[in-house]
Amino acid sequence: MDAFASHYTYWVTVLLMAAGLYIMIARGNLVKKLVGLSIFQTSVYLLYIAPGKLIGGTAPIVSESFTVYANPLPHVLILTAIVVGIATLALGLAIVVRIREAYGSIEEDEILAADRDGGERA
Amino acid sequence: MKRDPVLRVVGKLLIPYMLVFALYVQFHGDFGPGGGFQAGVIAAAAVIFYGLIYGLPAARRLLPDAVVESMVAAGALLYLGVGFAGLLLGGNFLDYFVLDRDPVAGQRRGIFWIELGVLITVAGVMLKIFYMFAGRGREG
Amino acid sequence: MMAVTVIAIILQRNLYSVVVLAGIYSFLMATVLVALDAVDVAMTEASVGAGITTVLLLGALYLCGGEEAKPMQRAWLPLAVTLVIVGALVYGTLGLPAFSDPQAPFHTHVVPRYLQQGPIETGVPNVVTAVLASYRGYDTLGEVIVVFTGGIGVIALLRRLRRGKGEGA
Repeated sequence: MDAFASHYTYWVTVLLMAAGLYIMIARGNLVKKLVGLSIFQTSVYLLYIAPGKLIGGTAPIVSESFTVYANPLPHVLILTAIVVGIATLALGLAIVVRIREAYGSIEEDEILAADRDGGERA
Repeated sequence: MKRDPVLRVVGKLLIPYMLVFALYVQFHGDFGPGGGFQAGVIAAAAVIFYGLIYGLPAARRLLPDAVVESMVAAGALLYLGVGFAGLLLGGNFLDYFVLDRDPVAGQRRGIFWIELGVLITVAGVMLKIFYMFAGRGREG
Repeated sequence: MMAVTVIAIILQRNLYSVVVLAGIYSFLMATVLVALDAVDVAMTEASVGAGITTVLLLGALYLCGGEEAKPMQRAWLPLAVTLVIVGALVYGTLGLPAFSDPQAPFHTHVVPRYLQQGPIETGVPNVVTAVLASYRGYDTLGEVIVVFTGGIGVIALLRRLRRGKGEGA
């Protein structure tokens, strides 16, 4: 049981990662897949930041009243990752909009069927 | 939506506060949480809020497409400009120590200008993406 | 609570409620990040995840339609794959250091140097900003270029050409 208390944050991360992964591979709607991708990304942020916390410490802004600080290096990495994540999401949504205009639907199986039929006809 | 008095009043109260808060986050990024990215997103959110209440053409009148597109590029150019200024003044690329006589003041100056570049680019890109999504009509 | 939100996202088929639930999830994540002392990251996650992402998803749903179709067959294979991956990851995490262990190499390798020398060398008390803008300025330059490229990409994909319906491919 001691392992549970000390590794609890990792397991929450794994649960969120699994949920995001499941949405991405099991659902056919393209917008929902993108939401699953963003959930997956946020679970990775948690994976990096959770080990940086020290109990009794504070945010990594140096001041005279504190001596113990959280680890600032993963914060920098995750800040960049969040911003890159929105760029990815915006581009993905733009592609989904174009797919909708070209095929008339955003369900994966309908798009694949349209491609198959269009290929046989053309 | 612009006839709804609740939205108009709340918008008039919140939008200037949001813009000032974005500037506060930008310039106090050295002493507290904040910095260019957060400030850029908050500033873009203020203008998007205005566009949602008063309509996209009103937002386009406030910040035309040409202004937003040049904001997108200007921020990146500002960042690269600071990098090249380091080169021209005798140091390495993106070296802040040579930007002023006192190296620590040079660091502060360099950080100030690149955070400003980040603010301009991020705000411009968020706003431009909103304009593109909202301005494209449904084809049915 | 985040697990409940995520499971609700999986099961919901109305995409507008999925968007609202994603906003709630993002706020909960930002709160957890504040509890983990990551204040810069929490502010960015809150503003980006709950603000911009919601606006973008709603814009895309307006253009695409807001209902998800019922899946054709029961998704047993993806569920099995996901459970196998969960098992492997949990087994892997047992080897990682315990939560909040000050002696872990995570905290003792390079970080004390940045925490002590950072404010002296750069004059900026916020170590995250100092590292982001000064020690790792190149990476931030790359990030600005990535955001710029994302904006250009969206412009290129969604721009309407003036000459009729020339959408081409």
